[in-house]
Amino acid sequence: MFNRLISNDAPRSRLLAALLLVILLGLALAPFLFPGVKALSVAAKVLIFVVLVAGFDLLLGYTGIVSFAHTMFFGIGAYGIAMASNTWGPTWGSLAAGFALSLALTLVLSLAIGLFSLRVRAIFFAMITLAVAAAFQTLASQLSDFTGGEDGLSFKLPELLLPSTEFSDAPFLGVSLDGRLLCYYLLFVIALAAMLSLLRIVNSPFGRVLQAIRENEFRAEAIGYRVVVYRTLSSVLSALYACVAGAMLALWLRYNGPDTSLSFEIMMDVLLIVVIGGMGTVYGAAIGAVLFLLAQSYLQDLLRLASEATTAVPLLSSLLSPDRWLLWLGLLFVMSVYYFPTGVVGRLRMRAAPVSSGVAR
Amino acid sequence: MNKQVMSSNLLSLEGVHTHIGAYHILHGVDLQVPRGELTMLLGRNGAGKTTTLRTIMGLWPASQGRISFGGEDITALNTPAIAQKNIAYVPENMGIFSDLTVKENMLLAARSAQHAAQMDETRLQWIFKLFPAVEKFWNHPAGKLSGGQKQMLAVARAIVEPRDLLIIDEPSKGLAPAIIQNMIDAFQQLKHSGVTILLVEQNMHFAQQLGDTVAVMDNGRVVHAGRMQALAVDKALQQSLLGLAL
Amino acid sequence: MKLGEDIDTRPLLLVPVLALLAWPLIGSGSTWLTLTVAGLAMGMIIFIMASGLTLVFGLMDVLNFGHGLFIALGAFVATSVLGAMGDWTGSGEWWRNMVAVLPAMLIAMAVAAAVGLAFERFIVRPVYGQHLKQILITMGGMIIGEELIKVIWGPQQIALPLPEAMRGAVLWGDAAIEKYRLLAVAVGLAVFAVQMWVLGRTKIGLLIRAGVQDREMVESLGYRIRRLFIGVFVAGSALAGLGGVMWGLYQQNVVPQMGAQVNVLIFIVIIIGGLGSTGGALIGALLVGLMANYTGFLAPKVALFSNIALMAAILLWRPQGVYPVANR
Repeated sequence: MFNRLISNDAPRSRLLAALLLVILLGLALAPFLFPGVKALSVAAKVLIFVVLVAGFDLLLGYTGIVSFAHTMFFGIGAYGIAMASNTWGPTWGSLAAGFALSLALTLVLSLAIGLFSLRVRAIFFAMITLAVAAAFQTLASQLSDFTGGEDGLSFKLPELLLPSTEFSDAPFLGVSLDGRLLCYYLLFVIALAAMLSLLRIVNSPFGRVLQAIRENEFRAEAIGYRVVVYRTLSSVLSALYACVAGAMLALWLRYNGPDTSLSFEIMMDVLLIVVIGGMGTVYGAAIGAVLFLLAQSYLQDLLRLASEATTAVPLLSSLLSPDRWLLWLGLLFVMSVYYFPTGVVGRLRMRAAPVSSGVAR
Repeated sequence: MNKQVMSSNLLSLEGVHTHIGAYHILHGVDLQVPRGELTMLLGRNGAGKTTTLRTIMGLWPASQGRISFGGEDITALNTPAIAQKNIAYVPENMGIFSDLTVKENMLLAARSAQHAAQMDETRLQWIFKLFPAVEKFWNHPAGKLSGGQKQMLAVARAIVEPRDLLIIDEPSKGLAPAIIQNMIDAFQQLKHSGVTILLVEQNMHFAQQLGDTVAVMDNGRVVHAGRMQALAVDKALQQSLLGLAL
Repeated sequence: MKLGEDIDTRPLLLVPVLALLAWPLIGSGSTWLTLTVAGLAMGMIIFIMASGLTLVFGLMDVLNFGHGLFIALGAFVATSVLGAMGDWTGSGEWWRNMVAVLPAMLIAMAVAAAVGLAFERFIVRPVYGQHLKQILITMGGMIIGEELIKVIWGPQQIALPLPEAMRGAVLWGDAAIEKYRLLAVAVGLAVFAVQMWVLGRTKIGLLIRAGVQDREMVESLGYRIRRLFIGVFVAGSALAGLGGVMWGLYQQNVVPQMGAQVNVLIFIVIIIGGLGSTGGALIGALLVGLMANYTGFLAPKVALFSNIALMAAILLWRPQGVYPVANR
């Protein structure tokens, strides 16, 4: 029964399974295990990025397409919630409406982009999505009447999710039972559902066709699969997951702006996570997101120490400055693409099964 | 093997295997191309003739075996290095640069010339006599030439500078009979100039007129090698090797 | 791209057509002239930056998503050089300014070329033929480069003021035409002319044009096309560096992210022009420059979108760009 839950896509490596279990438990019990605002924030971000990146992996890892428009749909999802709450009041109904609208917009846009651009070569498609995403970000910061412009939108959540709402006077195991906690667990449930549904998708006949197209498009077309249709579907699904992740982000931050969800930095973060975690594995998104966000939050402290220790050598100190953590992550990214193209997950699986079955990933 | 015979072979393939991806195309090709002669490489479609030529030129790497040119092992060299040993290659699709003019195509093939003026005038005149179309369309884009004219240009390019070995893949493919006769005449003249030629053909009339040595391929191997004259008179052998008679 | 007899002339008309369409919308003739010159100048600078990228792609099927890095590098190097030559740039005499600006350009080009050499060797070469990895890795390379720029020059914006004699405008009737923009157009035309000369009249140019069509045949003729590619990549990086200097002076400031910012515009340009075509890149760049300036005046909020709409319109007409390179 457990196998059916994860759609028979087993970790295939005991170390990987252990890691995933640790992550799952860690996230499930985060408010109790890691006290403090920062830790919970990191955990929430992990949940959001898991959904965002896993959706991206469907497109990149399983279909073999690079699209820089992923953050655009992330932003649409976030703005949907933000604008709905601001315009129609912080009720569940208005949030639902906003979410539905952002899903609809995502569907239409991703369909349009898919049909228009997927007929062209991958390079074209990548460039076009880059341009579209950049334009969308500019648009969002300029339509200040709707989107709050550069400053973004702050908004309220329904009463149930507000930090001020208390469900019990006494704290439970050291954690106060308030709306914020509920919000966190809402995100947790959504993230879990997203992961399991993605596992189902990639292990379904649809998912297998995607992989066939990724490996040899010409052959897939020759066998009779309309490649454009499959690619478009994959692109739409991936965009929808990004939209969901965006809604999660808005719920947690109670704020959204062009830089929060539409920036190029986020796109790069997604790429980094998916490559380091492992393309085409879905689990890679989880591992990668945890590694990345831990690094982002705590590596900087480490770098700060190192930077202070080397003030005698200004260049070195500069290189190790915590603000330059992206430099080191960028290096890790480039090395991963070369030497660990299958990422952490791929590496762990290879160790567990040294005799290759000869079938490509 | 007789040492004297060995040194009179300009190009020699021994046990050459080629894999393209998962497909094993050449299964141990042994081929000798004698110096100064025209060697015909015959065989049915799919026998591996084009693959053999591409393997010699390094466009597809040999997975096993040895290719020697003038006594030197060229098996592991890359394509430009092989071409620089004075081997000229005319592929099946002719490799004409259609956006470039005929002049530019020729200049490209003349490695020692930086400008058109530096090309050997005498040699060019000789080429113009062999292939008048090359002179006629000198300043026109090569894409505007007819099929036969492109074929002539492709061969002209191969001889714009003196080469030791010409490797040519099906020069008569798709050409009208009258043009083919022009080709045959041109090749007869080339042979007189002493250059060694390895030529893949399916047109038997062409093959019989020009070939000194012949090698027949089937299923990625050379199944017969000998003098063309001997094959030409042996109808039974032709029938069994090629399924037809000359 | 086609040289010689039959140049496909219809795309050439796009630029004047766009300019003429904008005239009635803008109304005033003098404003139109100012905007048009500004657009042409911006277009020329973008062309300088884009021409290297499109040739690299045409020749070796490599798309460098990190091209913006060389642009940023060139601009930052210029800030250092020009910053050090304050008394030359402060002078009101043209020739004194040039004594500062020319070395700035040359040094910027040299630095960009050197980094380009390393970039080709360590980032690009291992992933020839693998488009997906190329996209990822060259982006990674750009991030690393951008961070290194921040290490060397600091993360903040640096001003890059125009030298004295290049400031200001000349008056043509009612229209004020900035001197620097005229210079940009001149430099851009010079770069284009040099490129056309090299491509059309030298053996190397011949090799490049042939290589864009049929790489394998060029190798079969005995040329090491790998070396040629390195040369083109380095030249493209140098041109990007030059473009960076000019772009920095055009904006009068530089930021480490400027490479990523202008990347998008360059991609739009080479998609419009046709990947691999220099002439196409020029047309695309001029169109983008004009469009940016016209919409900047008429409807600033949709400026970037207008360029995307332009790209979409052109792709509907010619799905491979205005001058698709043969054999692809």
